[in-house]
Amino acid sequence: MDAFTTLSGLVAPLDRLNVDTDQIIPKQFLKTIKRTGLREGLFYDWRRRKDGSQDPAFFLNQPRYQAATILLARDNFGCGSSREHAPWALLDQGFRCVLAPSFADIFYNNCFQNGILPVVLTGPEIQALFEGVTARDGYRLTVDLAAQHVTTPDGVAYHFEIDPFRKDCLYRGLDAIGLTLQHAGRITEYEQRRRTQAPWLFQDVG
Amino acid sequence: MAAQTLFGKIWNDHVVRAEPDGTTLLYIDRHLVHEVTSPQAFEGLSVAGRTPRRPGAALAVPDHNVPTTDRRIAIADPISAKQIQTLEDNCRTFGITLFGMNDIRQGVVHVIGPEQGFTLPGMTIVCGDSHTSTHGAFGALAFGIGTSEVEHVLATQCLVQKRPKTMEVRVDGQLSPRCSAKDVILAIIGKIGTAGGTGYVIEYTGSAIRALSMEGRMTLCNMSIEGGARAGMVAPDDTTFAYIKGRPMAPTGALWDQAVTAWRQLATDPGATYDAVVELQAETIAPQVTWGTSPGMVTGVDGHVPDPHTMRDEKLRQATERALEYMALVPGMPIRDIKIDKVFIGSCTNSRIEDLRLAASFAKGKKVAGTVHAMVVPGSGLVKQQAEQEGLDRIFKESGFEWREAGCSMCLAMNADVLQPGERCASTSNRNFEGRQGAGGRTHLVSPAMAVAAAVEGHFVDIRHWS
Repeated sequence: MDAFTTLSGLVAPLDRLNVDTDQIIPKQFLKTIKRTGLREGLFYDWRRRKDGSQDPAFFLNQPRYQAATILLARDNFGCGSSREHAPWALLDQGFRCVLAPSFADIFYNNCFQNGILPVVLTGPEIQALFEGVTARDGYRLTVDLAAQHVTTPDGVAYHFEIDPFRKDCLYRGLDAIGLTLQHAGRITEYEQRRRTQAPWLFQDVG
Repeated sequence: MAAQTLFGKIWNDHVVRAEPDGTTLLYIDRHLVHEVTSPQAFEGLSVAGRTPRRPGAALAVPDHNVPTTDRRIAIADPISAKQIQTLEDNCRTFGITLFGMNDIRQGVVHVIGPEQGFTLPGMTIVCGDSHTSTHGAFGALAFGIGTSEVEHVLATQCLVQKRPKTMEVRVDGQLSPRCSAKDVILAIIGKIGTAGGTGYVIEYTGSAIRALSMEGRMTLCNMSIEGGARAGMVAPDDTTFAYIKGRPMAPTGALWDQAVTAWRQLATDPGATYDAVVELQAETIAPQVTWGTSPGMVTGVDGHVPDPHTMRDEKLRQATERALEYMALVPGMPIRDIKIDKVFIGSCTNSRIEDLRLAASFAKGKKVAGTVHAMVVPGSGLVKQQAEQEGLDRIFKESGFEWREAGCSMCLAMNADVLQPGERCASTSNRNFEGRQGAGGRTHLVSPAMAVAAAVEGHFVDIRHWS
């Protein structure tokens, strides 16, 4: 996983509530056995009109947002299915950060596993950013994970909260499984104790 | 010791270690695996040279991609076939038990866990699937995870978690005749909203919940995620123990007695408190029908499609306008006037034997309307077998329903069972998102009884007054 330290990049706005992971990447792209190459499926149905042609009104079809690395979104972003293909597709498109007033739990968690920083800002802050990004081309933000703030082109800085453990893992690009395996001894102790207390939990399947 | 909730007891029992900031290494007892969210996890293990810590704690099954037509014929879609083959190869390589496509025990992952006695009270259970919340019906802590975490659990049998908050959803009273667990959970989601449970584990309590069968409790817990909660739970009781006893993977003999004694201690202690409480009265819950593109866009069958112009919140108004445009519905129209083209009875929400018995009891002697195409997809091969032994398949077929093989099918339309653009479906599944059942398809979520009545009449009817 790539570390996330500071990101300065173009912002793309997706002005819809409750964007579910079925919209982020529809089912037909879940048949892959790889993590990469999912950009093609990103917002697949929303990118198209009923006749199948590209919809120029959809934000990701507009040239001004092609190089965006920061996605600006509304409440409850990433709800629904647990598919990690959603952050994989966002990453494949080039997004490393998503800003929203709230996220669905599983999606939020999946972002951290893939080097994407999900940032929660207040409703009015997100609204101000929507106004900023739609008002001018080339609107950029700087996201500083260490300092936990998002800075606008006008120099306004918005602070955000983040769990210290997740922050550290993301900042250093740590292998989460490797970290847990450092506690293998504790896991074994736990298993031995539980096996005595609740032996039915250790009946193997098959 | 302070009074504890059901959730609190299970959480505390599974803490391997906890950091001062609350970051917890949580032990996972059981892991369900399916073909869609696991290939990259197994690949990750291989690349890192790791092996599963406890392959015997996992159970794998293909369900999302499997055809619901004749299984003796090879899968037509080569990409689906490859994903299923990959699961089989991975299970062989890593020593994980698999119920393959031609195994009678194959079925929807959240149907087969309980059916086999793989799901037990007091456990932590995960799966790379958001509807893992289903297993909370047994008084287990069960939640969906992403593929990276699937790999994490395979490698370590643990997950790194922060303790979630708790919400009590209390439903007292008696449900109206013909109203079911599906109506209860849709009404709850309508009340709390699709993000109302975000950050919480829900415990469902109250006399109406206690009165539900295990299958009803599974329907209820299944859709916790549609209310934003990763997990939903019901305290285990005699109903739970009676359901589990004798199932293939359930403990037996002295171990059974020991387990039941422990499970009786799991219920929330008197005086324990929750971070939030929501209350509903069962008598007020009408049969529910969703009208929009989010499960929270729901109302009683006696209600009307809402009018966005009456909504003061601009974002909500825009979302409603967009949903009505997608669903091709007119503000103010009665729900009962909505005509449907298709009916899907199935999914991890409503495909168990009780659902099929109930649906068949309403279908018996009736005919599916000429304008409607209706299908029944049992939750597992064993549910199908049981239904056929009871003659339910004949009732469905005589009424004009198609009778299929087990799988996820048209709940998410990853196999060949899809809605065509513009088609409108009464579905017993869990998500009415845009395109969920096929690009351009329109989904209305309902109970099995409501789905049958809609199939027969060609439009929604109030099942309470349907003859």
